[in-house]
Amino acid sequence: MTVKSRREVLALGAGTAALALIGEVAPAAATPQEAAEVIAKFTGGKTAEKGRISIDLPEIAENGNTVPLTISVESPMTADDHVSDIIVVAEGNPRPGLATFHLTPLSGRAEAATRIRLAATQNIVVVAKTSKGQFFTEQKPVKVTIGGCGG
Amino acid sequence: MAEKPRIKLPKEAKKGEVIEIKTLIAHVMETGLRKDQDGKIIPRKIINKFTAEFNGKPVFSVDIEPAVAANPYMQFTAKVEESGTFRFTWVDDDGTVTTAEQQIAVT
Repeated sequence: MTVKSRREVLALGAGTAALALIGEVAPAAATPQEAAEVIAKFTGGKTAEKGRISIDLPEIAENGNTVPLTISVESPMTADDHVSDIIVVAEGNPRPGLATFHLTPLSGRAEAATRIRLAATQNIVVVAKTSKGQFFTEQKPVKVTIGGCGG
Repeated sequence: MAEKPRIKLPKEAKKGEVIEIKTLIAHVMETGLRKDQDGKIIPRKIINKFTAEFNGKPVFSVDIEPAVAANPYMQFTAKVEESGTFRFTWVDDDGTVTTAEQQIAVT
């Protein structure tokens, strides 16, 4: 990999994004529709109820290259009733999928934290699935000063 | 990538306690969207899967996309009922599997 200065990377950014989809002139970012499709696939078309989830993200992310994200879901986390999967979707990244967490009763609490890349100011959508087949959702806007997807 | 993954979890816990685990592995997490100076796309190379097991039973796992930042950091919890070994696995796009283990004494 060639090492580039921050300036060069930024200059390349716009062009790379536009060409990312097999040379076609296509939007650089995933649209909310694309994000919704990813979510629909996850829920199997079921409607997710709002609530139970808290998303911890900075209001303003100065560097989109690494943005801390913490998710927690209210759940007893027992064998009968626990959060089994959590999907995180970015509406404004080149690709909507961010990460899918899989949990078990051994997880103890429905909590996870990681660091993510965000290309631009956008909404982060989280959907959680319980072992009972319920779906919960929450979303949070985040302002991004410098995009962090290199394109 | 020879660097050992970093793991933080308590050495001891009480039976039934929910402990916090933090892991970090050094990795570029190349998205496959960037181009080099010749305009060629730098091929994607990421850690695409992280798994945590306790005494062979699944605790937590993540399907990772390129939107996870370089040197992927994962923080999660585990409920421990017995002493045993945590085993962590990271899978690279190129098939490389990195593992790490850590023991915990539960009283």
